[in-house]
Amino acid sequence: MLTYTLRRLLTAIPTLLLISLVIFLLVDLAPGSPLSEIPLTVPPEVRQKMMAAMGADQPVMVRYVLWLKQFFWIEPQYLIDYWFGTDFAQGAQRIISWQSKAPAFQIIGERLPQTLTVVGTAYFIGILIALPIGIYSAFRQYSWFDQAGTFFAMAGFSVPTFFTGNVLIMIFAVKLGWFPTIYDTQLRVTDWASFYKMIMQMALPVTVLALFNAAEISRYTRSSVLENLNQDYVRTARAKGMGEATVLLKHVLRNSLIPVVTVIALGMPTVFGGAIVTENIFKINGIGAALIGAIHVSDLPLIQTITFIFAVLIVLFNLIADILYGILDPRIRYD
Amino acid sequence: MTELKLQRPRSQWADVWAQFRHHKGAMAALVLLVVLMTFVLIGPLVWRIDPNFIEPNTAKMFKLRNLGPSWAHPLGTDQLGRDMLARMMFGGRISLAVGAVAMMVALFIGTTIGVLAGYFRRLDSWLMRLTDLFLALPLLPLLLVMMFLFRDAIAGVLGPRLGTFILIVTAIGVTSWMQAARVVRGEVLALKEREFVLAAKSIGTPASRIILRHILTNVLSPVLVAATLGIAAAIITESVLSFLGLGFPPDFPTWGRLLFDGIDSIRTYPQRIIWPGVAISLTVLAVNYIGDGLRDALDPRVRGR
Amino acid sequence: MKLKSALLGAAAAFVLAPAAHAERGSDGDVKILYYQAVSTLNAYLSSGTKDVEAGSLVLEPLAGFDQDGNLFPRLVESIPTVENGGVAADLTSITWKLKPGLLWSDGTPLTSADVKFTWEYCTADGGGCAQGAKYEGVKSVDTPDDLTVVVNFEGPKPYPYQPFTGGTAPILQKAQFANCLGAAASTCTEQNSKPIGTGPFMVTDFKVNDVVTMAANPNYRDPAKPAFATVTLKGGGDALAAASAVMETGEFDYAWNTQINPEQQTQMEAGGKGKFVNAFGTLVERIEINMTDPSADLAEGERSTIKHPHPILSEPKVRAALSMAIDRQALVDVGYGGAARPTCNLVPAPAYQASDNTGCLTQDIEGAKKLLAEAGWTDSDGDGIVDKDGKKLTIVYQTTVNPVRQDFQALVKGWWNEIGVEVELKSIDPGVFFGGDAASPDTFQKFYADVEMYANNFDGTDAEPYMAQYLCDKIPGPDNQWQGENVNRFCDPAYDAMAKELSTTNGIEARGALVKKMNDALTKDSNVIIPLADRGRFSAQSNALGGFVMNSWDAELWNAQDWYRVK
Repeated sequence: MLTYTLRRLLTAIPTLLLISLVIFLLVDLAPGSPLSEIPLTVPPEVRQKMMAAMGADQPVMVRYVLWLKQFFWIEPQYLIDYWFGTDFAQGAQRIISWQSKAPAFQIIGERLPQTLTVVGTAYFIGILIALPIGIYSAFRQYSWFDQAGTFFAMAGFSVPTFFTGNVLIMIFAVKLGWFPTIYDTQLRVTDWASFYKMIMQMALPVTVLALFNAAEISRYTRSSVLENLNQDYVRTARAKGMGEATVLLKHVLRNSLIPVVTVIALGMPTVFGGAIVTENIFKINGIGAALIGAIHVSDLPLIQTITFIFAVLIVLFNLIADILYGILDPRIRYD
Repeated sequence: MTELKLQRPRSQWADVWAQFRHHKGAMAALVLLVVLMTFVLIGPLVWRIDPNFIEPNTAKMFKLRNLGPSWAHPLGTDQLGRDMLARMMFGGRISLAVGAVAMMVALFIGTTIGVLAGYFRRLDSWLMRLTDLFLALPLLPLLLVMMFLFRDAIAGVLGPRLGTFILIVTAIGVTSWMQAARVVRGEVLALKEREFVLAAKSIGTPASRIILRHILTNVLSPVLVAATLGIAAAIITESVLSFLGLGFPPDFPTWGRLLFDGIDSIRTYPQRIIWPGVAISLTVLAVNYIGDGLRDALDPRVRGR
Repeated sequence: MKLKSALLGAAAAFVLAPAAHAERGSDGDVKILYYQAVSTLNAYLSSGTKDVEAGSLVLEPLAGFDQDGNLFPRLVESIPTVENGGVAADLTSITWKLKPGLLWSDGTPLTSADVKFTWEYCTADGGGCAQGAKYEGVKSVDTPDDLTVVVNFEGPKPYPYQPFTGGTAPILQKAQFANCLGAAASTCTEQNSKPIGTGPFMVTDFKVNDVVTMAANPNYRDPAKPAFATVTLKGGGDALAAASAVMETGEFDYAWNTQINPEQQTQMEAGGKGKFVNAFGTLVERIEINMTDPSADLAEGERSTIKHPHPILSEPKVRAALSMAIDRQALVDVGYGGAARPTCNLVPAPAYQASDNTGCLTQDIEGAKKLLAEAGWTDSDGDGIVDKDGKKLTIVYQTTVNPVRQDFQALVKGWWNEIGVEVELKSIDPGVFFGGDAASPDTFQKFYADVEMYANNFDGTDAEPYMAQYLCDKIPGPDNQWQGENVNRFCDPAYDAMAKELSTTNGIEARGALVKKMNDALTKDSNVIIPLADRGRFSAQSNALGGFVMNSWDAELWNAQDWYRVK
């Protein structure tokens, strides 16, 4: 398993380089321009000068190599300088967003806290709800609990978050006035009063996202547990006189977790990547909102940086999932 | 000579159908789906109002705007006085077709890649890195590029309507197979070490036969879940595409688009989001129950219980 | 009883005259919502109107525009004119006199060197200054003394007020930006997000595309202003949510550009927590007609170029018929409500240069049909679509993705169907449509459609650069990478002559008369442009915010120093 992990980590490097190139070419090829929000009153000559100042008129491979250098060489230097107060970078050109002229990593740093808090909490709560519901629904298949669970899960998944988010805001924030409609990113939790405010502003977006995540995970859990409940080993375990709880939690659950782990691992990077729609509806201004905003104005350096970090996380979590498969089911061997 | 009357052996599919009929939820769902299909396919033949008809006389048009349900307009009218019932019927055709076809494209790609990667160790690394790549690609620029590169070419060959349809279902399919692939591969990794597969291998069964007969039937359960979730996701993705100007032309109502447009008037005319919302949810619920029933019916261990 | 009425009286007095008693920073925090979040506060590197707006709280130009479009002095003593000797008689220079004693928010004095530096900053090579057009034609900027700025032009400039006026051309501090010239401009993150200014507020914290916090500028020239101690300027969401945050939940005091449908406007205003404010400027929603053939059968590089005139729309009567079939009042009632009014003009304001055409305001379906028939388009096969020489009248009508524009498309399509014109609709992502990417077939400059709809306006009050967009040599095409403003491919020597005359004409009356003539040449006389609606600025203001005056000629936050809390 260790050699497998090491080999996977090594192959991850060329994979990620290839992914970064594909993303770069893709975003570059996509129609659209960083000047699309500049008022039409700005004449074409001025527009051309603005493109030149961004470096957007350079050939695509030149820009890609520059980005690689900035991402892997200059930005780490800035990080070290920031941590240890050294001066390795010596003012070298960082990755700068075309739209805001701010360093891409500064933008990510400003936005990560709210994304991690809101999307992370929602994902965690979603898993906590989904697993018991999924397992119990399967155990009592076609019971009232199962039917209700199925209904809510499917309703939760088939109704998109832009719908649930708006409805919740409409009822609980506008009509009842219980929660704020706009997320305050300046809020720091220092005492009980600010903690309460934090909970209040997180309540609605977390509910929306948790519902959506729970719907999906609980469906996979239910179907996987159902599949395993019919296996011979369960019959054997029951025949041996084991209690239902032991059968379910010790034998069935462990064997049912492979698809569940896959789905959860696939979802983990989105905790960092943010939730585009929900962030926008609740004005959370996290990573997801930054990415969609950048895509709308073809802000290539920022899109590239965010998507690449996202790609690293995807590769990483899929590796973790593969390792977990081996632990959950020792029969799975990679070597 | 006495004639021997041999009873024909029941085929496997008859068995499956017999079992399926016992599943009340699935049968109800099947009926519901047939009703929905009738609504969108036969409905427009009966309810003959053009979904895009706007009263050209402005004074009359203003009286027809934002009406609630009535006999003339059972689901009311929208902000331009267009009949919502006609729009729901017309939109349903596209949404159901896009949902079903795009889901099948995604499932086909996802299952194929998942099974191949899980079963053949040599392919695993390559295919999973491909999956990682697709997972990492930002969806919006990818779709923009696909539309930009292929829209005119495909429209030239197949005509604008069919061309757009093919392009949209392909775009949705190509960008949403990764989860199915990862899930299926995980299952296959475990399955291929199980006794019955080892047994089949040991008697020299060729790999293609093992995959088709033993592996595929056993990964059905996550595939069906992916299918039900996939239909919902495809219908919603289509609405996002149309909303971004990448899908059907603006005078082509679809359920997802009606839902999107309805959000703007959620405060003033909430019924306008209820109709498409309910239609999408019912479709997904129906497909889900049919999936449940199918799984039970196809599983010989459950069958006959 | 007496006590109560006395208290009420006192309260009333307090409400009536809060501005008079206010002192700097006495009114706490004012919360502003821009649904397009602010990216930078440096107007010269802005990526959109919202950046200029936010920057106007901190940075100021020499002179600004008031709510009526008149120039008023901000950092200078008076507006220079030919009469008061500020503008040279030959119109080649303008002399601005700074107010004495002005301080930057860091306490250092503002001098003419800062003004000169601002010009150098925006015209430096490699800086990519977004407002370069403001400084076009400036030969040099002289600073005879600390308080005098002389702007010399390359030739006579009948309208010499472009440089250093309005929110798009504010003065930067030389000391702060000295190292940010040219290519270094975009690396000056700290300077661009926290510029030192002379305005009523100064930046305390800046989060890119999220939130800006500001505090009252201790060195602001009026010691009693601003009344608010701090400003929170939040970004994100959409227009509907922004309006709701002011009008329904009262979380914010002011929300920018709350363009929502008329039913919602009425409903939100009925809540009584705030009101919508509007002001009309020069933004006109219009249908532009392609004078060249966009047919897909033509080769790439030939399509939509002047080599191939449009087979149908080159005929003036067809264009006139298309315009006559539209009911502009209905469009406004459905899409904009109080935020727009129907118009027949490309230049709707200011009054001195706005034509008074109203002929297009009444819809005339029958008249339109007649015009089509006169042009030879009749429905010979009875399928409801007119034809000529065996060819049907079919039009591709494109615009950006936007709910109001899609409603407009549907309505206009209905009317055009009524006169026998078949219409195919297309909607395009605004980022692509306005992006100007020469490789994309869907930009508004490439115009691979017969007609297209969008809105455009001009900066400030002088329409000269705007009218000059329709010259023959500004037609986009493959040789200029499709970068040209004359998207209609309109070309008329008489029009070019008028434009040339305008560039040398002095005096507001004469200039106004010429602009009117040029406006009519494009709209009423030729129908190359079919104006639909004059769109105002439309924002939401809470009842708790006092002193706000809507302005469509400058930044909406132009008079933030006069705002106060209504108690």
